[in-house]
Amino acid sequence: MKKLLLASTALAFSAGMALADEVKMGVLLGFTGPIESITPHMADGAEMAWNEINESGAFLGGQTITSVRADSTCVDSSAAQAAAERMISSDGIVAIMGADCSGVTMAVLQNVAMSAGVPMISPSATSPAFTTTESNGLFFRTSPSDARQGAILAGIVMERGFSEVALTYTNNDYGAGFANAFEESFLGLGGSITSKVAHEEARGDYSAEVGQLASAGGDALVILGYVDGGGSMVRTAWELGAFENFFMGDGMYGDELIANVGEALEGTIGTIPWAAGEGADLFHALAEAAGVQGQSSYTRESYDAAALLALAAQAAGEATPEGIAANILNVANAPGEEILPGDLARGLQILADGGEVNYMGATNVELVGPGEAAGSYREYVVEGGEFVTVQFH
Amino acid sequence: MEPLNALVSLANFMLIPAFAYGSQLALGALGITLIYSILRFAHFAHGDTMALGTAAVIGGTFFLQARGISIDPLPTAILALPFGIVVMAGYLLAADRLVYRYYRKVKAKPMIFVMASLGVMFVTNGITRLFMGVGETRFEDGQRFIFTVRDFREATGLAEGLALRNAQALTIVTALIVMVVLFWFLNRTRSGKSMRAYSDNEDLALLSGINPERVVMITWVITAILLVLAGTLYGLDKGFRPFNYFQLLLPMFAAAILGGLGSPIGAIVGAYVVAFAEMGITYAWRRVFTYLMPEGLEPESMMQLLPVDYKFAVTFAILVIVLLFRPTGIFKGKVL
Repeated sequence: MKKLLLASTALAFSAGMALADEVKMGVLLGFTGPIESITPHMADGAEMAWNEINESGAFLGGQTITSVRADSTCVDSSAAQAAAERMISSDGIVAIMGADCSGVTMAVLQNVAMSAGVPMISPSATSPAFTTTESNGLFFRTSPSDARQGAILAGIVMERGFSEVALTYTNNDYGAGFANAFEESFLGLGGSITSKVAHEEARGDYSAEVGQLASAGGDALVILGYVDGGGSMVRTAWELGAFENFFMGDGMYGDELIANVGEALEGTIGTIPWAAGEGADLFHALAEAAGVQGQSSYTRESYDAAALLALAAQAAGEATPEGIAANILNVANAPGEEILPGDLARGLQILADGGEVNYMGATNVELVGPGEAAGSYREYVVEGGEFVTVQFH
Repeated sequence: MEPLNALVSLANFMLIPAFAYGSQLALGALGITLIYSILRFAHFAHGDTMALGTAAVIGGTFFLQARGISIDPLPTAILALPFGIVVMAGYLLAADRLVYRYYRKVKAKPMIFVMASLGVMFVTNGITRLFMGVGETRFEDGQRFIFTVRDFREATGLAEGLALRNAQALTIVTALIVMVVLFWFLNRTRSGKSMRAYSDNEDLALLSGINPERVVMITWVITAILLVLAGTLYGLDKGFRPFNYFQLLLPMFAAAILGGLGSPIGAIVGAYVVAFAEMGITYAWRRVFTYLMPEGLEPESMMQLLPVDYKFAVTFAILVIVLLFRPTGIFKGKVL
């Protein structure tokens, strides 16, 4: 009996030791729901950064990062909060890479992360609301706010000679914020919006929404939504002959859209946060070598978010939520040695030696305080069933 | 003044979709009304059994497609209908044997039947999701359009276009055929007459030698046919998504109650009223009136009574108004 007790105590100790070498970080993305087609690639992107760090052996004196995945569902706030709470209380994560859609991200931030004091870096929550939300320095994002995307998209629509457009958006924080930003910029450029209609995801029939937009008229339809509902809107509008020209935002980007909507999309123009340059090229080479679909949307932002969390922990010298939150801005911005994808080991070493880094990553990361990031956009057009780059903004 | 353009625009955006939707509702509401008049309870599992039946048809469709069997230009799903109907009839008869028969035997109150059907609804819903997932499944193949907006504009030279999809035309034609056959069955055949007798007066029907279990069985089989047809046509038209079928429950019940529960003709009329009310009240009439009004008098506003989001509220309002002011419905059905 005594032996058994002794053995189990020893076992418990060794298990405790093993745990100390392991830092857990959460990946909270909508693995089910309207953006389920892109989230696995995003998670792969984030875990790619952590694998790179684990292989370097330079993270906090040889500790490793373990990824804990959870489902944000993109649309169900209570499910996302429950998932975040579980990650924090039972898995013991120190930071969250996520969430994805703006509505659930806001819910997780305000109801879970802020009370637990756990920092979050979202790769894809682009609602303008985050810029002004007070998060106690816990919320960061690697994709720029839709306030800028709205302005850029409005400029593109105007430039193509469409001054009277109808506007539809997915009925949530992302859609509404984006639509307001677009409307403001478009009116400012002298355009007019004939009708602005919200649509729900996962409906069977969109002919009533399209009917309303058609009744108001306009030269083109601007859709700020997701592949699911937004795609159905495009298909219905085209089939009913309501509109011939479409413009869309980043949430619609995805190969599934082309598969679902088909020829109606031909000639459609859109925007998506995208980075070009050395960092992006390095990332794509790394992704290809790791078997990750690096060209999918928000994989770059996910990689950067994950890398930032690890670098911030290294800068703090400890993997605690407070330490990470306090150091994210330091490692993301100048001054310091510029760090690109594949270069994380060097960054960790510099930080361990007491130096400073300026993480550039795959998307030329520059964080404008908590809640806001600078970034560039890619303008694309659908031609022959492919997304073709027009230019970068 | 361009009345022709106004009419085409109205048909394209409202009349055709509403007519197809109404036909789908009618087939569903007929099933509800039949079950109510024969088995005397409100069948809450209607929407979800419809989804399960459609899932069976989709399974059959994929099987046939994999073998390269098709009946282009018609969708392959038509060929898979008998399979779906057999599966659904088996499922409903099994549900009757396992659940409802017991309550019939102990002469349970209608409310207990309703709750039992609610239980069946949850189980059915779970089974459907197990096989199909919660996402959208599209199984429409063959030719998609009878004529497109662009064809129509070219042919007529009108400014407005009109599209008619294969699925919409198929829905309307099938619904009409099914209705005719159902009325013929109820009025002319021995089984149909015994069903009506049983519905009118159970005791008298039993005295005259009608076998109640046989009547119940025939009712479930007819319901299975109606359900699978309605579900498949709805799925062909709008894509298959289990949750949307659950949501159909409200308009189908509204249709059956509005028409008068237990009255087949009432269910059909009720279904079209609900469909046209849902679409008409949330439709923006501006374009139509712009064509109709003389120049200079075009409407400025959208001419829309309720935003599109309130579609279900319209159905709900119809249901409440009918129950308050005319609980027997248009055709003097039974009171729920």
